[in-house]
Amino acid sequence: MSRAEVSPRATSEASSAGAGRTTWTAAVTRWVDGLVPKGQWLPDRQPVYVASWIYVFGVACLSSLVVIIVSGLVLTLGGVTWWHTSSFGHFVNSVHLWSVELFFATMVIHMWGKFFMASWRGNRGMTWATGALAFFGSLGTAFTGYLIQTNFDSQWISTQAKDGLNAAGIGAYFNVMNLGQMVLWHVSLLPLVVGGIVTVHVVLVRRRGVAPPIDATDPTADAGEKVAT
Amino acid sequence: MITQLLAVSQPVPAGPVVQWGWLTITVANLVVILAMVVVFVLALVLPFPSDREDEDR
Repeated sequence: MSRAEVSPRATSEASSAGAGRTTWTAAVTRWVDGLVPKGQWLPDRQPVYVASWIYVFGVACLSSLVVIIVSGLVLTLGGVTWWHTSSFGHFVNSVHLWSVELFFATMVIHMWGKFFMASWRGNRGMTWATGALAFFGSLGTAFTGYLIQTNFDSQWISTQAKDGLNAAGIGAYFNVMNLGQMVLWHVSLLPLVVGGIVTVHVVLVRRRGVAPPIDATDPTADAGEKVAT
Repeated sequence: MITQLLAVSQPVPAGPVVQWGWLTITVANLVVILAMVVVFVLALVLPFPSDREDEDR
């Protein structure tokens, strides 16, 4: 008996790939399958020019984001003042802070590398744009993180930012001196926004392939055009 | 408890700053930016480790 005959995965693939099925789940499956070229969700081989340290910073940034999310989830157990009264809370808070420092450092170096490589070439304009959006969304998320430290630093930052935001004409839409509002923005609203943008960015990278150096041949030049939308 | 309150109420000083004309930046931030530039340059010039399998592709 072959493995395909008994594999639930094989049965599932056979049924979901059935042409003409009109259920919404089948439509979603086809859409997800067509987002990136076959085998590119988690590829184990890359073009030879990817063997360079400058190509490391994107995934380093993504790894930092994972540490940020995990340490942030632990911090939610103790709340925003936990780190003032607990050595473990202080440790987790420091892990959260330093993973954010690494996140921004690697993100900016990633951005320098992609800028000087003109990585928007090869129909990768949206990849570049979503990366820029992720950067600006992360700035807002980090800013609200500084606002919820519950110390004099956060008081200083919030009162200064309040004046700046009012001068920019957007201070009426939210209140940076409202701790409860800023906590929810930091742990719920903005992480969802940044997480969504980063997800789209990563899917686009998988869809178009990593950008080649300017003097290199792009083996995936036409791959993006062949992908169903 | 009093010790903890004192720790919270005593802010950490911002540290020294450097100033060129209109630009004012803390030494800590300047060091971080310079370190990022150094890492960027090293990433461009340092060879990436590879094994025999990598060389075949």
